[in-house]
Amino acid sequence: MKKLDYLDELEAEAIYIMREVAGQFDKPALLFSGGKDSICLVHLALKAFRPGKFPFPLVHVDTGHNSPEVIEYRDNLAEKLGEKLIVRKVEDTIKARNLQDGKGKFPSRNGLQTYTLLDVIEEFEFDACIGGARRDEEKARAKERIFSVRDEFGQWDPKKQRPELWSIYNGKVDKGENVRVFPISNWTELDVWNYIKRENIELPSIYFTHERECVLTDAGQLMANNEFLTLDETDVLVTRKVRYRTVGDMTCTAAVESEAYTVDEIIAELKSSKISERGATRMDDRVSEAAMEDRKKGGYF
Amino acid sequence: MELLRFFTAGNVDDGKSTLIGRLLFDSNSISTDIIETLTKQSKSTGVDADIDLALLTDGLRAEREQGITIDVAYKYFSTDKRKFIIADTPGHIQYTRNMFTGASNADLAIILVDARNGITDQTKRHSIISSILGIPHVLVCINKMDLVDFKEEVFNQIEADYIKFAEPLKLNKISFIPASALAGDNVVKSSDKMPWFKGESLLDFLENVEIAEDKEIKEPRFQVQYVIRPQTTELHDYRGYAGSVLSGTFKKGDKVKIFPSELESEIEKIEKNGVELEEAHIAEPIIIHLKDNIDISRGSTIVPIDELPTSEKEIEATICWMDNTSFQSGQKLLLQQNSFKTKAVIKEIESKIDIHLYTDIESDGVINLNDICKVRLKTADTVSFDSYRKNRKTGAFILVNENTNSTVAAGVIG
Repeated sequence: MKKLDYLDELEAEAIYIMREVAGQFDKPALLFSGGKDSICLVHLALKAFRPGKFPFPLVHVDTGHNSPEVIEYRDNLAEKLGEKLIVRKVEDTIKARNLQDGKGKFPSRNGLQTYTLLDVIEEFEFDACIGGARRDEEKARAKERIFSVRDEFGQWDPKKQRPELWSIYNGKVDKGENVRVFPISNWTELDVWNYIKRENIELPSIYFTHERECVLTDAGQLMANNEFLTLDETDVLVTRKVRYRTVGDMTCTAAVESEAYTVDEIIAELKSSKISERGATRMDDRVSEAAMEDRKKGGYF
Repeated sequence: MELLRFFTAGNVDDGKSTLIGRLLFDSNSISTDIIETLTKQSKSTGVDADIDLALLTDGLRAEREQGITIDVAYKYFSTDKRKFIIADTPGHIQYTRNMFTGASNADLAIILVDARNGITDQTKRHSIISSILGIPHVLVCINKMDLVDFKEEVFNQIEADYIKFAEPLKLNKISFIPASALAGDNVVKSSDKMPWFKGESLLDFLENVEIAEDKEIKEPRFQVQYVIRPQTTELHDYRGYAGSVLSGTFKKGDKVKIFPSELESEIEKIEKNGVELEEAHIAEPIIIHLKDNIDISRGSTIVPIDELPTSEKEIEATICWMDNTSFQSGQKLLLQQNSFKTKAVIKEIESKIDIHLYTDIESDGVINLNDICKVRLKTADTVSFDSYRKNRKTGAFILVNENTNSTVAAGVIG
């Protein structure tokens, strides 16, 4: 018998995991960021559950620092699919909890969004949150289970992970705890793009190259000039042809120079690129060797 | 392009992480920013090499500090021929459970042997676990050949020793490759230092090893994960059973039997992503519709009436205990077999397996972390299964502690 193509196999695994979530949990949610990974999750959910409705709402933790193109894409998608979208704003959490907003030239709300995420989980009593994290992104993620149990504080304890064998997923948790579920754990960045190409999935425009005014950072990264940055006269503004490899806050996600107008061109660029996705674009992981491990232990996605 | 899942077993001392690092590095799967970070780290750990490739796979702080692999790490790389998923598993005996975990899904095991030491207790343990978990193909990679002057006799001796040792294990297929991960001999490129070796380099082997036939299991098995009932005006009577084909092929019109209810019906329609299929094959996520409106829920097994599984409330199985807390007699457990769950108790511990000799030893009634035992289980509901040797999908289960929710054991039936 012919073996499945690797994309079919990855797709089948992801659909299987999503259906396990639907079968095992009372109140699951799909965490939707508007990025390519969570867009793929929505596409996979269509394959897993249509002609039925999704057994979960889409939940977006909006940092307020998102690109307008992404927000527009998000709203259009939810409307087109007729699925429920829940948006909770980090801005509101900051006010309600009297938190300190991100400071400095590139004010990050990356740490703050954990509060909003934990609040929305509590508000709706979600017992499972599906996310688009991939193990190839970062080495702490490479160690995380597909069903990753979090305690009441959302914390990940790498030493207490449940063994995960075959395709048997133990999602049993007590009230107040929740499971983060990562159906595309085994996909790489290139797999995601090959899948987007094969399935002809529509993406926010910022993934494709466009001219944009950017600030050149000391580390040589290009940050889109936007209202959330506090610039001074020493900053160098340049206009370049750029695209985003990952969708995140406009304050801590760098753009990359690119000539890629199409998915095919993006795939070609990635194949020749020597820099990892997070390395190219994220300022927050560069702080320390264990930055991601520490954030996950604190309840981060 | 195909997908190959393999796991690597061995200690840091055997050069396991170095070997994986080498595969990723020489196949251009590591990005320059990661190499840069590694170079920095390598200097801080004081390893005397430009880049300590082991640091690539040790993702947790505690692992980097202690220089050991604690948990399974998954790594990915691809060539033009295949995409590879590596489960990098720790070798120490206290991490037997992690090895079990990483090995459960694998098509292939790479067992590393240090050419200087030959077959050790660890080699035996890894091979026995590979045997219990029915890994279709075992590759014994005899590493550090540079430290034995690339001598053919050393390789031949270890190969002969291994074949003799492994005889009772009934491993499906065994291959041998001599290599030096540190220098890259026979990892990605064939080595000119071992002209006596006519086989492929490790990467060539991984690209070419036959896996499709290993996945072919004939008896059709399907389990319901989720019932789709839109209950809209247009789809008022729609009732579809969503799940993946666990093995074999299902066809429209197949006469089927449902377990545990033992009711019979016929497949009226098979859907995949809104398209009707005449037949569905292994691993395909589908929706099955039956002719009769009978009671089926999550965990129900659907099989053709002429290829029935075993259906029992008593199961003989080999389990690996994975919980830090030892087994308590009479402990209430849940048995989970894919999407099927039922209450279970361990009625009898028949024997314990000596993980280095592959012999049964009498059980003292205790099951501790990492112990592998043959047990008899009693379940509340009838379990439909095939022996694990025949079917890795329906012959495997986990045991969950009802009280703590932890996965306390993994088991294979028969």
